[in-house]
Amino acid sequence: MIFALVFAACLVFYALLVFDGTALSAFSIASGVAASLIAAAVAARLAPAKWDNKLANPVRWLLFAFYVVVPFFLEMTKANLDVAYRVVTGRISPCIVKISPGLKTTLGTVMLANSITLTPGTLTMHVDGKNDLYVHCLNARGRKPSCADVCASLPEWVRRVTE
Amino acid sequence: MIEWAVPAALAVGLLFNALAVIGLHRFPDVYTRLHAATKCTTFGSIFIVLAAALYSGSEWYHGRPHNAVLVIHSVIALAAILLTNPTGAHAIARAAYKSGHEPIASEDALEGVGL
Repeated sequence: MIFALVFAACLVFYALLVFDGTALSAFSIASGVAASLIAAAVAARLAPAKWDNKLANPVRWLLFAFYVVVPFFLEMTKANLDVAYRVVTGRISPCIVKISPGLKTTLGTVMLANSITLTPGTLTMHVDGKNDLYVHCLNARGRKPSCADVCASLPEWVRRVTE
Repeated sequence: MIEWAVPAALAVGLLFNALAVIGLHRFPDVYTRLHAATKCTTFGSIFIVLAAALYSGSEWYHGRPHNAVLVIHSVIALAAILLTNPTGAHAIARAAYKSGHEPIASEDALEGVGL
C-alpha cells in the first residue's frame, strides 16, 4: 500500500520536474520509474507499523494549506522584521528554554518544531521523548519566555491539522 | 503592473538575503548566527521565487506556454526550501551543541539533559 502510494507520488513529482511540453524519451521514463521504485522501497521500510487514518482526510490537507499560507506566513513576516531589527541594532539576549506544547503525534511535533524555527527569534534545538522542545530564543526580554511567547497560536493550528 | 511587481519582489528578496549576510557577520555565536542564516534566507528566497513565478506566469498568460514549466519548478523549489531549511538549521544547532559549543545565553535549559 505505502509502496504503491509513494511510487505513484514519486512518478508524478518526477514528471513535474522533467516534463517540458515535448514527448519524453524512453531513457527519462525508465530512469524515473527506477528512481521511484528505489524511493518507494525505502519508504515502505521506514513506514510506521500503525497508520493514522485521520491524515487521509482532505479537510485536514486544506487546513494545512491554510495554516501555511495565512497564520504561518503572518508569523514568519513578523519574525523576519524582528530579526532584521536585531541584525541592524545588535540588541540580543539569547537563552535556551524548554517548552511543553503537549502535542500527541510525532508528525505534529515535527511540524511545530519546523514552524518555530522559521518564526520570531526562535530556533528548535532538540526534541525529547515526551515531545517537549528545547528552543533557542534570540531575545529573552529579561525574563523566561513561556510556551505562548515562543510559538503564539501555532500549536493550536498544528493540533487542528494533525490530531 | 507585472513590470513593477517582479522587481519589487526581487528587491524585497534581495534585501532580506542581504540582512542574513549582515546578521551572519554581526551575531556573536553559532546559534544566533543560525537565526539570521535560516529565517532571513528562507523569507528572502520566498520573494525571489515569487518573482520568478510571477514573471513566468505572465509570460505563460501572454501565449508562451513553455513558461508553465518554470512556474511549476518555482513552486517545487519553494516547497523544498520551506521543508529543508528549518530541518537543516535544527541539525546544525544540535550538532554544534553536541560538539561542545557553549551558547551565549542567560539561561540554558539543555544543560545536563544529554542529547
